Amino acid sequence: MHRIINRIGIICLGLLFMIPLLWTAVTSVTPAENMLTRINPFAVQNPTFANYLEAWSTIPFPVYYRNTLLIVGGILGVQLLTATMAAYAFARLRFLGQSAMFILFLVQVMIPPDILIFPNYSIMKELHLIDTKWAIMIPYWASSFGVFLLRQSYKQIPYELDESSRVDGCRWWQTLWHIYLPSTIPTYVAFALISISTHWSNFMWPLIVTDSVANRPLTVGIAIFAQSFETGAQWGVVTAATLLVISPLLIAFFFFQKQFVESFMHAGIK
Amino acid sequence: MTKQMLKDNLLAYALLFPSLAFLAIFTFYPIIKVLDWSFYESVMSVKRFVGVDLYQQVFQDEVFLKVLRNNLLLAAVTVPISILLAMYMAVWVNDKMRGTSLIRAAFFYPTLLPMIAIANIWLFIYTPDYGLLDKFLGCFGLEGQSWLGDPKWVLISMMVMLIWKEAGYFMIFYLAGLQALPKEVYEAAALDGAKPFQRFRKLTFPLVMPTTLFVLIIATTNSFKLVDHLYIMTKGGPNNASNLLLYHIYETAFSFWDMGNASVLTVILLVILLAFSIIYYGVLDKRIHY
Repeated sequence: MHRIINRIGIICLGLLFMIPLLWTAVTSVTPAENMLTRINPFAVQNPTFANYLEAWSTIPFPVYYRNTLLIVGGILGVQLLTATMAAYAFARLRFLGQSAMFILFLVQVMIPPDILIFPNYSIMKELHLIDTKWAIMIPYWASSFGVFLLRQSYKQIPYELDESSRVDGCRWWQTLWHIYLPSTIPTYVAFALISISTHWSNFMWPLIVTDSVANRPLTVGIAIFAQSFETGAQWGVVTAATLLVISPLLIAFFFFQKQFVESFMHAGIK
Repeated sequence: MTKQMLKDNLLAYALLFPSLAFLAIFTFYPIIKVLDWSFYESVMSVKRFVGVDLYQQVFQDEVFLKVLRNNLLLAAVTVPISILLAMYMAVWVNDKMRGTSLIRAAFFYPTLLPMIAIANIWLFIYTPDYGLLDKFLGCFGLEGQSWLGDPKWVLISMMVMLIWKEAGYFMIFYLAGLQALPKEVYEAAALDGAKPFQRFRKLTFPLVMPTTLFVLIIATTNSFKLVDHLYIMTKGGPNNASNLLLYHIYETAFSFWDMGNASVLTVILLVILLAFSIIYYGVLDKRIHY
């Protein structure tokens, strides 16, 4: 009995969680003149793509998409490299000061670069990197979260595999490449998705360090755009623009959902 | 030290070096720097050592105290509610029934959305009279509120939105945690006729404690980190009723260009975050049974 009640409760909760997205989708295809007069906010009458066309022509989307893709890719690429290296050291090597190093890495989990916007801004100024994409990327090139995530899944690999490949004459990087990487792909997918969505979403830091259309990511572009609207008649354009920003994330999640959820469920985070 | 140990040490530090370098430049160095600046007052780019004067001023500043109270209140409400909700969701979507993955997706998708996008959407939900929430309340003949314009409601409105965004993220960690639980214990509990709520309270809740510790830290950090929505929705208003610490730092540093105060505020935020982490580790770690 309780099973059925909880199942129904969970389904209702799920529907409740979906409402904002459904409403956004419906609003984005509603013509401006129907926006405030419509009685049922979920009914689509005279669906139109005019809002999308207007959003696309007002906001320089191609430039913003390119910027966001470059930034997200630039961060992920370096993170994968640095995190893989550090995770291997933590998972499989014994060295002096190991626990001290571990705590140093932990500091970044507790105090992420997002909190340090003010001092990091002046560091970027000293480096003459203000209003460049580098300034947006570099502070995130080390990811303690990624290190801990990968370390955890490396540790699940039987040590004997590691040793036998060493006996076979593999160097450590060959072991890493042939044994560790292939067996931890789900974790890499999970980390990649988290990293991409985090940096696709990042707003405050890029807002502070960029000052031109040429370097702004999508989030900053759309925020500046949305600020110029106050009235309900513009809801259609703003929701259309918002969907244009988030749809790549939603599509990526839709395709990788199973792998994403399962990688967490297998790796286990402690 | 044997040759092998020396080699391992060298290799380990070589592997850690790239991460350490970026951590040093963009985490440790700025922390030291901002700590140093917080003891200087700067007027027209002339710096003058003033000791802890700025700290004293900040703690007498009513705006700061209000912002601090808002942020602590926000954390105190959203962290436990979203964690409990996440546990509930995880327990009930931890099966292979048809449609379960769809429900999981419904809970998880808000996590992926940028705060800026969420702000755009929820701004229209909270719009007085025409917004989705007021229209919904209108169906029951209920009077809507000025959700974002009324100091009484604005923080609560933000809390609801944040719980919606965060709960699904924490759910994923609990789904992971639940996989590791021993099935035999549950079978034994079922044989003993334990009620579902009892089973949750006596078994699941204590057993997922390690996950809870991890999630608590992320949740608390996030409740101080997520401020982007303020830029779109309220700018911290009305009269700072929705202002949060990091947004206040942003205003102080990049609207008022007050370097001294921005440094002091950053240091205070760092201390708060570190204190929470230490408390969580200190108190909870002892109670966790691995």
